[in-house]
Amino acid sequence: METAVALLQNISGGILIGGVYALVGTGLSLIFGVMRVINFAHGEFLAVGMYLALVGHAAFGLEPYLAMLLVAPLGFFVAFSIERLVLSRLVDSPEQSTLLATLGLALILSNALLLLFGAEPKTMYVSYATATVNLGRVTLSIPLLLAGFVATMIILALYLFLTKTEPGRAVRATAENRLGAELVGINTLAVHSVVFGLGSLIAMAAGFVLMPLLFAIPTVGAGFTLKAFVVTVLGGMGSISGAIGGGLVLGLAEVLGASYLSTGYRDAYGLIAFLAVLLLRPEGLFGRTIKRV
Amino acid sequence: MTAPKAKPILEVDRLDLGYGELQVVFEVSLEVARGELVGLVGGNGSGKSTVLRAISGMITPWSGEIGFDGLKVNGLKPHQMTRLGMAHVPMGRQLFPNLTVEENLSLGAYLRRARHNRSRNLERVFELFPDLVSKRRQPAGSLSGGQQQMLAIARALMLDPKMLIMDEPSLGLAPFLVKEAMQVVRRVADMGLPILLVEQNVRQVLLVSDRAYVLENGRLVIDGPSVDLMDNPLVKKAYLGL
Repeated sequence: METAVALLQNISGGILIGGVYALVGTGLSLIFGVMRVINFAHGEFLAVGMYLALVGHAAFGLEPYLAMLLVAPLGFFVAFSIERLVLSRLVDSPEQSTLLATLGLALILSNALLLLFGAEPKTMYVSYATATVNLGRVTLSIPLLLAGFVATMIILALYLFLTKTEPGRAVRATAENRLGAELVGINTLAVHSVVFGLGSLIAMAAGFVLMPLLFAIPTVGAGFTLKAFVVTVLGGMGSISGAIGGGLVLGLAEVLGASYLSTGYRDAYGLIAFLAVLLLRPEGLFGRTIKRV
Repeated sequence: MTAPKAKPILEVDRLDLGYGELQVVFEVSLEVARGELVGLVGGNGSGKSTVLRAISGMITPWSGEIGFDGLKVNGLKPHQMTRLGMAHVPMGRQLFPNLTVEENLSLGAYLRRARHNRSRNLERVFELFPDLVSKRRQPAGSLSGGQQQMLAIARALMLDPKMLIMDEPSLGLAPFLVKEAMQVVRRVADMGLPILLVEQNVRQVLLVSDRAYVLENGRLVIDGPSVDLMDNPLVKKAYLGL
């Protein structure tokens, strides 16, 4: 009985944190799917989100979720401008150019954070930091529950945007066939900028929801870039549903591994699951062979 | 040269084009009058697709001038040409394979100039291509080659274009479908839409077009009314296998 409760407890925790991983992966997957850019700075945008949440909280006493809504336009604009200034010049150039550019961007962002905030870990205290809610005998932390819920809502909003709106259709058209999209009149370079803005904003949002759970250091991003890659490759590159599945697998692997094997190797379990999937199903758990026309 | 009376919708004047260091098109001039179906034909590597790529904005001309609907359009991007009302049925169709037929058509009317007429145009293209009606909820990638070609033409018509340019619509189609595709092109032209049709299949083009230009090694060699070209000994020998 005790073990069953503990398992349920671990599974719920894994699903909730997996939802946040899914969110991070969705942003990366969106950028890759539309722009064919492997964004090494993705985790750094998450780190920027964490520090923005910190500043909002320390300077203005803002709840991270409220702060997220307030700085979202700013975050979008910053990423949008970076795309305009850097990546848009590299469109049609070989893949390694954009890869190196985003790697450089990652270095600049994490060092800028180091310069501004110093190397020591920073935490944010919210009134509900240790609050919990009981579902039967399973105890869930409120910040984690909120993080999972908000992540789900953002993914849902993105899904609705992509499938139900005119600009969303233009984004999908650009992802499927850039030349075809240009020929029906879509300014695909503008779509690229918007998509990079949105994808990075999603990473920042993940930083906001994680802030009450983790501490921020300037190099926190690199680990999340790796996690985002694991999530998208697990699920199949360029698909949102794949990112959701990949996020859940990663979250569950980490939480279950940490409780039943050894806590110290928490990050390794995700990578082991990742290697196993790559060996057995290189196209990803939910990926299909990519069809290009 | 048979000069059309009204001002042509498309005027191409002494175009030089190439890739990198390599020039592939030399001083090509041509025009399409309003309401005219004009063929641009030639063998593989004759430079006809390159001319078309320049007209639709995919490459920038080295020299020469392209005029569309009274504007000089050299160096515009494809989406800007589309905005001016030039619809393009590209080589290889360039559909959105995982989007449904209806979404593909809808995107054809993405621009503001076409958006308010979207439902009217959707009805119109379904009338023109009744085969697509029952497939409207299927992904475009699941259609047969012939249906995909129809969809590509239909998507271009959704723009309410002033002119249509088509790049090798017969490519990859079975012979009996080629004939059908050409008949469709003729029907669209008969609706009053000027068309520039680029094709390798010289005979089929000469059968449906009003006039045609023949390119060889990047240079125009013959042009004139299609019926005359059919009887031209050079054309007969080189392209019609007679």
